[in-house]
Amino acid sequence: MDYNLIDILLVEDNMDDAELTIRELKRSHLANNMFHVRNGEEALDFIFAQNNYEKKRKNAKALKMILLDINMPKVNGIEVLEKLKNDESTKDIPVVMLTSSKESTDIQKCYKLGANSYIAKPVSFDAFTHAIQNIGFYWLLVNEPVLK
Amino acid sequence: MDYSSIDILLVEDNVDDAELAMRELKKNKLTSNLFHVKDGEEALDFIYGNGQYAGSRSTQNLPKVILLDIQMPKVNGIEVLEKIKGDRQTNIIPVVILTSSNESPDIKKCYRLGVNSYIVKPVNFEGYSHAIKELGLYWLLLNRPPEI
Repeated sequence: MDYNLIDILLVEDNMDDAELTIRELKRSHLANNMFHVRNGEEALDFIFAQNNYEKKRKNAKALKMILLDINMPKVNGIEVLEKLKNDESTKDIPVVMLTSSKESTDIQKCYKLGANSYIAKPVSFDAFTHAIQNIGFYWLLVNEPVLK
Repeated sequence: MDYSSIDILLVEDNVDDAELAMRELKKNKLTSNLFHVKDGEEALDFIYGNGQYAGSRSTQNLPKVILLDIQMPKVNGIEVLEKIKGDRQTNIIPVVILTSSNESPDIKKCYRLGVNSYIVKPVNFEGYSHAIKELGLYWLLLNRPPEI
């Protein structure tokens, strides 16, 4: 795997949700270059080419989308979001919060920090897969990203 | 009309594009609380409850999304975006730029200013209708809007 060519980063600690998401995006042929990390700390290392990912992501091209859960061990999604949106080199990357949290305070906080979109994970399997399809389609085909 | 419960603010000076957009959204049953203004100055008056909208609106009433063209008379879309995203009362409102401009500098500038999404208007009728439908479904049904 060439880590430099990754388009989509999925940051999700729940393995079931992650599997579903990956499978659905792959099925719609939108996720050929997708990578999954399980916590915020690893997400930051990946995005900023630090520590474990320093060499692997040395010549990384810009990510097209980050799907970001909130509740995760080590570093949570809101902390990751804050770092991303406050850094010149990463603030243009579309960040879609994908979380089971429907808390008003979380929603507010994410928008305040510059999240591009906030999706509350549907509970049912059908609705969840449908949502993933729509998210993938919208951010990878409809939305125009910044080209570096 | 109850200006305080608008879900979509469509800011578009081209009458044909505006009509097409409204028709497509209506077809998908997404227009029940849509309001259309034709220039940036009116858009700002509407959002901030100034000018002709004084007394009938306040920044407490957040639309679910603002669809914003760039090239418009009086005040253009980038100036509107800058104002909305630069103001703590309104920076959480999802803003989707919907423009014929696919100029790199415009795209980059909008993301820098915190735009949630940028869509280049497809040139043909079908493409345009499709894009409107997709963004309508995404921002009005899938995305979780901020609440005050």
